[in-house]
Parts: sequence; structure tokens; C-alpha cells
Amino acid sequence: MTSCGPVPAAGTQGSARSIPDVVIIGLEIHCQLATASKLFCGCSTDYREDEPNTHVCPVCLGLPGSMPRLNKRAVEFALRVAKALDCEVLEESEFSRKNYFYPDLNKAYQITQYDKPLASGGTLTTEGDEGEKEVRITRIHLEEDPGRLVHVGGSDRPRYSLVDYNRAGIPLIEIVTEPDLRSPKEARRFLNKLRATLEYLGVFDSEKEGSLRVDANISLLGSERVEIKNISSYKGVEKALTFEITRQKGLLRRGQTVGRETRHFVEARGVTTSSRSKEQEHDYRYFPEPDLRPVRVRSWVDGIVLPELPDARRARFMAQYGCSPGHARTLTGDLRLAEFYEKVAGADPIIAATWTADTLLGELNYRDMGIGAVLPVHFIELLAMLRDKTITDKSGIEVLREMLDAVKEKRPQEAPATIVERLNLRVVRAGSSGTGEKEIPDDQNPLITAIRDVIAEQPKAVEDYRSGKKEAFNFLVGQVMRKTRGRVDPAELQRALAAALPEGEV
Amino acid sequence: MPARRIRFDEEDRFGAFLWKRDEAPTGEGRLSGIPVAVKDNISTRGIPTTCGSRILEGYIPPYDAFVVDRLIAEGAAVVGKTNMDEFGMGTTTENSAYGPTRNPHDEGRVPGGSSGGSAAAIASGMVRMALGTDTGGSIRCPAAFCGIVGLKPTYGRVSRYGLVAYANSLEQIGPMGRTVADVSLLMEAISGYDARDSTAADRAYLHTPQQEIRGLRVGVPEEFFGSGVDPAVAALVWKAIERLEECGAEIITCTMPSMAYALAAYYVTCMSEASSNLARFDGVRYGPPCDVRSSWHDAFQERRKDGFGPEVRRRILLGTFALSSGYYGRYYAKAQAARANVRADFARLFADVDVLAGPTMPTIAFRFSEKSDPLSMYLSDILTVPANLAGVPAISVPCGTVRGMPVGLQITGRHFEDERVVDTAYVYEQVAA
Repeated sequence: MTSCGPVPAAGTQGSARSIPDVVIIGLEIHCQLATASKLFCGCSTDYREDEPNTHVCPVCLGLPGSMPRLNKRAVEFALRVAKALDCEVLEESEFSRKNYFYPDLNKAYQITQYDKPLASGGTLTTEGDEGEKEVRITRIHLEEDPGRLVHVGGSDRPRYSLVDYNRAGIPLIEIVTEPDLRSPKEARRFLNKLRATLEYLGVFDSEKEGSLRVDANISLLGSERVEIKNISSYKGVEKALTFEITRQKGLLRRGQTVGRETRHFVEARGVTTSSRSKEQEHDYRYFPEPDLRPVRVRSWVDGIVLPELPDARRARFMAQYGCSPGHARTLTGDLRLAEFYEKVAGADPIIAATWTADTLLGELNYRDMGIGAVLPVHFIELLAMLRDKTITDKSGIEVLREMLDAVKEKRPQEAPATIVERLNLRVVRAGSSGTGEKEIPDDQNPLITAIRDVIAEQPKAVEDYRSGKKEAFNFLVGQVMRKTRGRVDPAELQRALAAALPEGEV
Repeated sequence: MPARRIRFDEEDRFGAFLWKRDEAPTGEGRLSGIPVAVKDNISTRGIPTTCGSRILEGYIPPYDAFVVDRLIAEGAAVVGKTNMDEFGMGTTTENSAYGPTRNPHDEGRVPGGSSGGSAAAIASGMVRMALGTDTGGSIRCPAAFCGIVGLKPTYGRVSRYGLVAYANSLEQIGPMGRTVADVSLLMEAISGYDARDSTAADRAYLHTPQQEIRGLRVGVPEEFFGSGVDPAVAALVWKAIERLEECGAEIITCTMPSMAYALAAYYVTCMSEASSNLARFDGVRYGPPCDVRSSWHDAFQERRKDGFGPEVRRRILLGTFALSSGYYGRYYAKAQAARANVRADFARLFADVDVLAGPTMPTIAFRFSEKSDPLSMYLSDILTVPANLAGVPAISVPCGTVRGMPVGLQITGRHFEDERVVDTAYVYEQVAA
């Protein structure tokens, strides 16, 4: 117990204060919709590579006299999401103004939806802590992204700030969940599932920087709710929530209470900080946007044909390719990964699944690279060599690392077969054994020479083997492996080694 | 072909203009060679657009409003920008940050507002026609006070794209001119479909005023001649209505009970919308630069305190209050309910009559500073705001003078029956001449 904590009242048993274990989490997720133009004007949304304030016009600058004009495509995208999440599209929805002053907000109000959102009530099935669970969706609405502030001289104590309105007016979809999530991990898995769903729908590109922002509401059962704002990564959500649980439990343990407040997630430090006192809380003074007409689009929903979504694809991967449930989940959890897998599944879907879901994904994550870094045709070539045992699994990994490092270091990309030749990784065999390969004379066969060398160098082990010690054989296998740098098929090695060793009492 | 230019060296004796040029380009079209003035809350590319406010001093829009595009396409010579009450907030043009405009009929009186500059420019003979904007009477009031014609079109009939918003759900850009025919011609030029204004309808106005009103049913609500109306004005307007009867119209008296709430509904709505519309003027993008050494929060408060005049500050404060949580239901929401009543009242009346007639303003033009109490100023809008609340068209046409000052006859019509309103005014104008 810390010194500043209150002394437990007489009669209570020491520090056995009960801290609730039940965590209640709800999310508000803002995603940029991948339309070509902004929500209320024709400016391009492809601004990330360009100079500040180059994708702007009177409308998205909020110049006096300009008026918003709703992008039909953005509405269609949002309706796709509504349909995929089983939401009810309102007969009539409307846009409202959310009024507040901030330099990145060009009109000093954000056009959003308030009491008549586009759609409400839906579900998304996700992998919960105790199996599959349905997370209820409260509502889905459309709104415009504000501009962006660039702080000159660091964000802690900037000398001054500049405003970039390229982002102003990018269409956002806000998806609000009911408080159905029970742990930070569950929240992260839900987000991953949502991301996959949005990408399958073709309305969202998660690889674009800043395309997703999350506000999370979290409370411990029986305590006040805290809102964490401005989480901008998937990992960040889990981190922020985990931190917040620890913080809130700490407060309760010290006999304090959790106050209802808004906190800010500081990604760099992995902590949340109190951001607003009660007096500064905004009154957004919502009222209907008079420059836009009510939106009546319920009938459009019937015309929307949804693509195959992650759950359906997962079931198909298991049925069509024989993927294990785990592999199927991993492979379909990301649209690009699923598409990649389907391109490379070809001759041997099981090897392809293992190598894509386990090996490749691990190597990519380690390098912080995306699946786009790998050419499917190269990966197919690698898989074929693995299937035909032209190279060993160990060599396969080496080839893969070579491939990825070349991309990472911006070197020219080599075909896997070229890498195999360059690094001399082709499996060496003791003899032709009917494979149709060219016979190599024994004194040039690296496996045979390695076995001869090992027998010569390890007389003690050879003697042990002869006298019946099985471990000695394994030791000798290891020695040959080392000499051939893993290029031999273990079964073949064992066969060749057994043939080369003097007769024993085995 | 080199653009033809016309001279415009008229002396601005009544302070009608905030910006004007001596020479203006003109082209081919229905308005070829006609000098047209534009109210200063309508965006003009490359030409200052201040809305009569300090906070927009030095602001030069990079684009033309839809109606300005149309003027240029029709060959009009845009000769200048006219004075107005700051952001349209006023009934006298005294609330301009750049000084008042004087009434050409009596320099000791106001020209009305907020489109007072446009009305004075026409009444003084400087221009034949001008654009005004009407949120609660801002075209019709100065038209009545200055003895010219002004039309507030049906809401949605003229694109608002480029009009610096004061109260979006109420206001329309409209034509002002010396005669009904000129107003009709200008209306033809500026109407038409514009996809950039989502509230605009695809209902172009293509019309030449007609002399025939036989059988027209003219309703006269008794509330239009209520207690605040100057008896001399009332008598003159009644006489005008009788002239319509002589031309074959049928006069039907009726009542419009929703008038009791119209003014309150109007002011709550326009102030609420204004508080939001004018929030963007924070010193970051418009007006004289802020003190960059102070914090943004302090700097923008300072800028807004200095940049807005007292009437604008009053309306922003009241509008902010009306939208605040806890008050929204009592004010903004209630105003919308009252507004629906006004609309319903018009619908009921227009089932029986074709147009409504009455005075445009309860009195003749005020003397300067006569309406120094804001509330008494607001009360003078009682006869014009119902048309804005309902979105119906209304025109003011001169119908004589009281004590040497012009009086306007107001004709209000059904949605998208601007033509009928124009015809009624035209018939009166012809018979009165």
C-alpha cells in the first residue's frame, strides 16, 4: 500500500479491497472512406504525397459562400458497410453541424450526423476471449475529416503551428459499438475484423497513414466511464486500454474513485493523460445543416451486392483448400493476404498455407513489411521448390529472407531459383536414386564427401555407434548437417550415413 | 474579339457603393451593356467582398458566385459592390462597418436594409438594376423605402452558391430594379439550375410579365394591417389593393394567426444559423492578421471582439445561447415548430387564394438613429419575415408616397409561382402609372 493511500477503516481486512474484474469497453471508430474525391467537393483524396494546401477548393477551405454537395459515392460506400454489418438504414437521415473552434476546422463546425444517422443497430461477429461473439453496432454515420495542424518546433512546446487543409473534407465513416467488448485483446481483434470487413467491401485502405482513428470508452464494472480519444493505430488501442485498466484499478486499490473524464492517448509513451477539465467541456450546439437536404437512401440498399466477406472466405478456404481453421482465420483476416494466398495456393494449398500464414507473415512482421512486398510469382516458385524438395525447409527460409531483405534494402529482386543457385542451396543427394538427375561422381558429391570427412574426424562417435549407442548416430547426423549447411534432406542424409558407416551391432 | 467596356463614372452621392469601378467589361446577352450592382455579400472573383464587415476587410474571393457567373454570361457590366448592414443584419444599412447609405428621397432617412446600397444605387439612377439578398425582408424593405421594385424569389429558385451565408435556411438572392420588367429580366438571368447548391431546385424562371390578372384571387390577411402599421401607409396600400380589384382581381380578406409567432421564430432561427456561419471568422484566414505571439485562443477572441460590430455580436451571442444544450428545445426547436405553423398557414391560405397582398413595411423609411433600440427595429420586419419562414416568393412594388416617402405594396405567392407574383406587381405598376 502506498503512503498516500487512505488507511483502511477499522474492521476491514487489510488491503482486501475488491477490485472488479469485469471490464466494459465500447469503441467509436473513424475510418477514411477510399473515395476518389472528398465528401462535399470534387477535390482529390490522394493527398499524402503532396504539398500542404494543394488539394483544396472554396468548399473544403470553407470559404465564405461555398456550399457542401454530398458525394454520392461516399454514401454508397457507407451503405455497403451498413449492409455488411446488418444495420438498419434510416428512411431519412440528416447532416448536422458540430460547432467548435479549432484552427484545423475551417468553418468552425464539422458537418457530421447527429440524431438521424445513416444507419443504426447491427452486429459484427468477432473472435472473443471465449470463442466467437457478436458485438452490437449502435450506429454508423458519415462526416467530414478536419484539416491537420503541423506543429513547428515539436508537438510539446511548438514555436508555432501551420494548418494543412488537404485532409479537410475527406469522407469519414464513424462506427459506434455497444459496450460489448470485455478486454483490450478482444477490442483489438474486433478492430482487425472490422478492418478486414471494410477492406473486403472495397471502401477502406488500412495502409494509408492516419486512415483510422479510434475513441474508446472503458469502465470497470460499477465505476464511471472514461473516454480515451485520439488512438490512431490498432496496437495503440490495445495499449491504451491496457494502460487504462491498470490506472483505474490502481485508483480503486488506493481507495480512490474513477472520475468520468476524457483522456488523451500519448502513443509515444503508451499512456493516457487527462485532457479536459469539466469547465472546458464542449457544448457542440448541434443543429441540422441547412445547406444539405435530408438523405433518403434506404432503397439503395437493395441494389448493393456484397462481396464475399471474411467469414465466408474463411469457410471456403477450409473447404476448398483444406486449410486448418487457424490458417484459414489468419489468411482471411487481411484482404491482401487472402488474395495473395489464392494466387499462390496452386499446386499444394497446404504447403502454401503453412508458408504464407506462418513463415512469410512472421518474416514480414519482423521487417515491418506488407504482403505487397512479395511477388506472387516468386513465392510460387519458392513453394514449388519446397514441394519438390529441391531445397529444404531451412533453405526455404534462407531464400525467403534473401528475397525480403532485397526489397527492404531496395536491391534488385532475384527469382528464388537464382538465389538458390547463388547460395548453392540445392539439396544434395547421395545418388541419383531414380530421380532422373545427373549422376554426380562420389568425390564431387558434397553429401558423400561430408559423410566421409565426418567419419574420419569423429572416430570416437563412429566407434560408439558401432558398439550400439544410438545417440552417436544423431550426433553424426548433426555433424554432417553442419558441414552441408542444411542443404540435404534429413531422410536422405540418414540413409546415406547409415550406408557409409561400418556395420554395427544395431 | 476584345471585350467591350462601358464607362461608369456616376457620382456616388448617397454612399451606395463599397467598391466601384469607372469602367466595366460587358458582353453579349440579355443584359448586354447594362450596369448592374452586386450586394457585397455575394462573392466576386478578384473583387473585395466584405459583407459590410471589418472582419472581412481585404478578403478577395478566388471565385464568383453562381449569380455573378450568370450576370457575366448574360453580358451585364458588373460595376460595383453595394453597401449593406454587416452580414445582412439590419433593416437600415446603418450597421455597415463602412458607414451608412442615405435614402435618395431624403438624405436624413435610411434607405432600408440590409440591401440598402443596392436600393439607393437604383433609386438614385446610378444603375438600372442590382442584386440584393433577402433573409427576412432585406430586398423588399429597401425596395419599399427607396421606391423601387424588389423580388425575393422562392427559396431554391436562385442558387445561393457564393452568397456569404447569414441564415442559410431563410435567405435568397434576388433582383432589384426600377421597374417590374427589369426585375423580371434580371430574375431570368440569375435563375437556373446549379448543382453546387443542394437546396436549389431545377426550376428556371423564363417569363415576360403579363398584363392579365382577371379572376386572380387576392387574399388580404387582417394581420398585415395590424397595430404597428402606420395608418397612412395602410390607407395607401388598401387603395393599391382596390386598384387590383378594378383590374379584375377578387379581393378576399382572411386571417393568418401564425403571424403572432413569426417574428420570434424568425429571429431565433436566423441568429442560431448566424452564430454557426460566422464562427469561421477567427482571424486565421480572413481579415487583418492576428497577434501571433498570443495563444490562438486569445488571438481569435480578440479578433472576433474587434472585427464584428455590436449588432452582429448581439446576434451571435443570442444564437449561440439558443443552440446551447438545455436551451435548444426551448428556442431553436420551438422556432422550427412555429415555422412549420407559418408554412401551414400559407398552405391553407393558398388553397383559397392565389396571392396575398399587404404593405411591405409598416412605416415609411426611418430617420437615422430612429430605431436605436434593437427590439423596435426587429418589430419592423413583421410583414416581411413570414415569406422567408415559408420559402414563398414575395415582391415589393411602389404604390405611392406618404409624407413624400415611398411606400411598397407586397405581393406574396405560392412556392415556385414567382411568375404570378411578378405579373400581379406588373399589372399594378401599369395601372398606377
